[in-house]
Order: sequence, then structure tokens, then C-alpha cells
Amino acid sequence: MSTSPDQPLYAPQEPVFPKKVSGTFRRLKWWIMIVTLAIYYITPWLRWDRGPHLPDQAVLVDLAGRRFYFLWIEIWPHEFYFVAGLLIMAGLGLFLFTSALGRVWCGYACPQTVWTDLFILVERWIEGDRNARVRLWNAKWTLRKWRLRFTKWLVWFLIALATGGAWVFYFADAPTLASDLASFDAPFVAYATILTLTATTFIFGGFLREQVCIYMCPWPRIQGAMMDDSTLTVAYRNWRGEPRGKHRKAQAAAGLGDCVDCMACVNVCPMGIDIRDGQQMECITCALCIDACDDIMARLGKDRGLIDYLALSDEPLERAGAKPRPIWQHIFRTRTILYTALWSLIGVGLVWALFVRSDIGLSVEPVRNPQYVTLSDGSVRNTYTLRIRNQTAMPREFRLMLTADSILRIEVETEGPEVGHVIVPADQTLNARVYVIARPQDPAASQDTTSLRLWVEDVETDARASASTVFNGKG
Amino acid sequence: MSKEKLKSDAEETHDVETTGHTWDGIEELNNPLPRWWLWCFYLTIVWGVAYTIAYPAWPLVNSATAGLLGYSTRQEVAQEIQRVEEHNAEVSNKLAQSNLSELSTDDPAYHFGVSGGASVYRAQCSQCHGSGAAGAKGYPNLLDDDWLWGGSLKEIEYTIRHGVRNETDSNAHWSQMPAFGEILDKKQIVSVAEYVLGLSGQDNDPDLASIGQTVFAQNCASCHGDGGEGMREQGAPRLNDAIWLYGDDRASLIETITYSRFGVMPAWGQRLDDADVKALTLYIHQLGGGE
Repeated sequence: MSTSPDQPLYAPQEPVFPKKVSGTFRRLKWWIMIVTLAIYYITPWLRWDRGPHLPDQAVLVDLAGRRFYFLWIEIWPHEFYFVAGLLIMAGLGLFLFTSALGRVWCGYACPQTVWTDLFILVERWIEGDRNARVRLWNAKWTLRKWRLRFTKWLVWFLIALATGGAWVFYFADAPTLASDLASFDAPFVAYATILTLTATTFIFGGFLREQVCIYMCPWPRIQGAMMDDSTLTVAYRNWRGEPRGKHRKAQAAAGLGDCVDCMACVNVCPMGIDIRDGQQMECITCALCIDACDDIMARLGKDRGLIDYLALSDEPLERAGAKPRPIWQHIFRTRTILYTALWSLIGVGLVWALFVRSDIGLSVEPVRNPQYVTLSDGSVRNTYTLRIRNQTAMPREFRLMLTADSILRIEVETEGPEVGHVIVPADQTLNARVYVIARPQDPAASQDTTSLRLWVEDVETDARASASTVFNGKG
Repeated sequence: MSKEKLKSDAEETHDVETTGHTWDGIEELNNPLPRWWLWCFYLTIVWGVAYTIAYPAWPLVNSATAGLLGYSTRQEVAQEIQRVEEHNAEVSNKLAQSNLSELSTDDPAYHFGVSGGASVYRAQCSQCHGSGAAGAKGYPNLLDDDWLWGGSLKEIEYTIRHGVRNETDSNAHWSQMPAFGEILDKKQIVSVAEYVLGLSGQDNDPDLASIGQTVFAQNCASCHGDGGEGMREQGAPRLNDAIWLYGDDRASLIETITYSRFGVMPAWGQRLDDADVKALTLYIHQLGGGE
């Protein structure tokens, strides 16, 4: 521990200039980037025919109408448990991948990583690779530097704008909103959202980059709890690499390890760290250092994998010269199997719930102020508000019925095609007021309460829904 | 443990700086915050100060600083109300000018009226007729199928607009049942009460009722009808039904016959605008008893 009272309490951001790299993991990352960005930008524009009464956007979060459309699935607010279930599955999935493969989410699929990767790609196209960028960073602000910087910022801004722009299309009909946005007729919230997300994308992807992972994101700190020494993660085989040093033909046998201290792994690192220092909180396990080191090892004619995905529990084996345990033994552990089982359980539960859910629903709200009304002929009348839910894409006609122990008569307030029938419009809930009447001589009129069940029955399909309630008499 | 071992020597000896603070040999490590975090912190301070200048913030003795932007929540509410009223102006005008009996239940003005009428009802009518419109002794139940002055849209609107037995509106419904305590003797009153009990299908004394029938025909039938079917032009209640405004028991009937009743209702046409009266009419009419 050194003590230096004068050192600053605040650290400036160290610029990072990741060098171009190619290899297996880089190729995988390019593909993941293409696929995830394509999903993000294209999804709102996909169409899905749901008939004349419903929107034809394949994925739509209709906040105003309180509906969520996903291909053939439509979720109503009371079915939000599907979304909650998916979020739980996403959480458990993250646990599973982290315990098996470390921060694989951070390194490959996190939007911060994907967009930063895209922004670095743009940066490289415009300003050149690492060395050129370092030179430009140190150069005076000449016209050329301004031109390069401005071009880069402009392209970043356009990407950021497209990113913020794509987000709002998930919440409204995309073609309509696009033309509204262009003609400045879109709602204020659409512009505000685009502006906010454009700003965050531009700043997080262009300037803050690794700072987001290190200082803002809580996930790196939580992930430690999900990893153990069987987790496969990016690490440096220091027993093979050390002592490091510049190899010269003559020194090959002079007790040096495989690491030639070429700094390739450091130069490609988007987080600006040295993986040879061991596991660090900053490391997002993007695996680019593996590609960089493998390239050097190939040129030196040595085995690949000086930096590699490896489990810490294999270290003693490898030090002793034995082979590490096979990968599947690291991945199939009690912990990962448990996460997979939980994940599957919820998944199966959600699919089951999706298939058994009813597309009609009925709830009854009895009017209890007053409990009953006496009519001129001495009959006793109760009033109920029925909420009839039609979750299909077509209007449906229902007949209303009741079953009870005592003789009761039902009257429907809403005008329908036939007495006792109501039509519920497509994808809507209809409130129908229903009167239930007991004649003076019927027991229900004089009893305190009589149980009854109200039914709606689809006239065409005979599908039914019911709800129980009570009838209040004079007793 | 193996994690520690994997760390290179360089990592083991890598020093974390301390702030120089030492207490009993315990040193405070210095892991510096990023500089941009500090700038964000300064920005929030600047924002906070600017906010208290731009918006109402600092309490004074009797008020608070108004803020340069002149914003106030009351003003915002007023604007919101104004915006809603402007938004509703068209449908409200249509309702005010419409003939209710010709207004379709599919018309937006109808729904606007029923919802608006419910609000007016709660504010102006619920004190007497009850929040559920079930009425009380002396205050008619608006849910049932019995109406003193008629239950059509037109009749309900008239009753609301002009009221009942009030001095303020010359078109108010007006009728007065005599206090029969000054006209009939006690026996006649008891007899007619027995007869009226029979009219509404309740148990009675047949001997007294047969005396009461004559009394009824001479004194009551001119308004309440020969069979007690009532007369709406006079606001004379039906007596041959199960609905009683002041009670259906013997004692209540005798009290009503002896002293009479005098229910009043204000003329709401003088207090509410046309749209509100019509909205109230639509609301009352659809409660379950409308004709």
C-alpha cells in the first residue's frame, strides 16, 4: 500500500483505441451483431393479418389501447403474467448463461456491447485503425481532424437517430407513425422518446462505452454471485505464458513461457485492460483477446489458447500437465441443470397457460346501493353490471342466462338483436346492465339471499363463461 | 482460492492507492470515481438552482417565489379543465339542443349525457334521493317503475326543470292533498286506511274496509282513482301497488290521511344549464324505471 495524500479523488477517462482483430470469436460477434440489430430495426415493420378489427403490426405494444400483440398472440392487461413470466425466464436464462459461460451476455449480446462495437467499426472506417486513431487523438485540431471527427460524429448520430427512431415504432403503427414523424404530426412523446434514446445511444456508444459497464451497470457486480470456479470464462494461462518475454530464436529454450508480450491482447481490448492480470471486474468476456492471441500463437507456430475460455477449477490439472476436464462437465452442473429446470418449468407453464386461456370472459359486479328495488307489483329486482370480454378478432353475439336454486327472471338492459342477447364488439369488453327479478310469490323475493350464476353463451360456438353472485331479497 | 492463484504476480503487487487516512493502522483505499461522474454531480446542482429560479420554490411569509416561468399547478388545472370543456363543447351543445326522446342511445351525446348526468346527480340530487337513487322516506325512489309525475323523458325533464311545490317556479308541479283530520272523523280515517291497505294487497279488517270503501269513493277517488290507480296530472300516488313513499303500515297511512304530506323539490332549471338538466334526465331515465 502506498500513501500519497495528493493524488486525485477523481479519475479521468483513459481513452481506449481497440485494434482491429479477426478470428473465430470476432466472426461470431459480427453475426450476432447483424442478427440482433436486424431484429431490432426490422421487427416493427413486419405485418401480421389479424382481420379488419385489429392492427396488422406483427409486434405492437399498444399502450393506449392496453393490448400487446406478438404475432398470433394478443395479451390483455389481465394477462400480464405472460410478460412477467417471460421476464422471469429472461432472468433465469441470464443466470444459466452466466453460471455456465460467465459474462457471455455482456460480451456478445448486451445492447451496450453491440452498439459500441458498431460505433467502433464506424470509427475505424473513418479514422483508421488503432495507430491512426492514437495519432489523431494526439494531433492538434487541424482541419483534417475536424473533418474526420465531424464525419464520425455525424454517422454516429445517424445510427443513434435510427436506434431511437426504431424504438417508438414498437408502440404505434410503424408506417403511420413514420409519415406522422416526417410531417411533424406525431405526438410529442414520440419526438421526446426519439430524442432521449438518440442522445443516450450517441453518448453511451460513442463516448462513455466501457464506463457504462464499469460504473453504471449493476450487472457486473451481481454476476459474481452466479459464477463459480467451474464457470467457463476468458482467462490467461499464466502457467504456460509466464515468464513472458520477447522471444528470440536463441532464447527459445531460455526458460521463457509462451507469452511474447506483444500486447496484442491489450491492444484489441474494448475495455482497455490487460487480461494477463487475471479476472477483473472490467472484463466483459468479449473474447477478442482470444482471437488476437491465437493469431500471434499461429504465427509463432505454437498451440492456440494461451488466452482461452477456461474454468478456474482446471488450473491445478493444467499446471500438473494433465488435460482439463471436458467442456460438457463444466456446463452440466447441478447449478446449471437447476436453472435450466426452473427455466423450462416456467416456459412449459406459460405455453400451457397460453393454450388453455379462454377468449371470452365474464365478471359480475352486483349493484349494492340499494341491494334491491321493489317494483309496483311487489316484485323484487336486483341489478348487476356484467363485464363481458371478447378477446377474439370478430364481434360475437352472446345470450345471457342464469341458473339459480329459486325461480328468477333475467332482463337485459342493452339492446341486442334478440331479447336477452348482446353483441360484444371485436377485441373489447362490453358492460351490460342486467336485472334479475323475483316475483312476490317466489321464495327468492322474501329470502335474505339466493345464490345464482350468470352465464354468457356464444350463439354460434356455444362457448360459455359464467360468474357466480347472489340475489338479495327482502328477508 | 484458485481465483487468487490465477492472478499474475503483477496483479498481486499492484497497489491500490490510499487516501492517506489512517486509523489504528486501517487505511482508506482510494478507488477514484470517474471524472464525468463529478461533472454530472455539478450539473445536478446547477439544475437544482436553476429549477428554483424558474419554478415556484422558496417559501416566503405568506406565499412562495413565483418562478420566472410563471408556472403554477392551479393554473395548469384550470387549463386542463378548459381544454376538456372545449373538447366537450360540441357534444355538450348537441345535448343541450336535442329532443331527448329522439336521441339515439348510440349517439355520443347520449353517453355524454348519462355520464355527465351521473356527476350532476351526485352533486345535486344524492342528498335527498340517495347516492344510489333509492330514495328515502318522503323522497321518491328513482329506480323503480312508479312515478308520481310521470317517468317518460319529457316528464322527468319537466320535473327536474320546474321542481315540485316550490315557490320559485310558477310552472312547478303543484297539488295539495287535504289534511283529512279536519274533514273526517277518526273512525272514517281508520276505516279508509283499512281499505287502502287492501288496495295494495295487504291484510286488513274487512268490516272496517267496507266502511272505508264508501269514504274512499267520496273523498279520495277523485284524485287517487276509483281503484287507487293514482293520477299523474295531480301527482296523486298509485295506492294499489307495493310502493309507498311515506310507509305502507297502518300508522303511517293514518298519519298521511290525517295530516297530509307536502313534498317539495327545487326547480333545477334555475340552477343548472340546459345541457346539465338534459344530462340529468338521461341519467335518471336509464336507472331502471324510465318509461
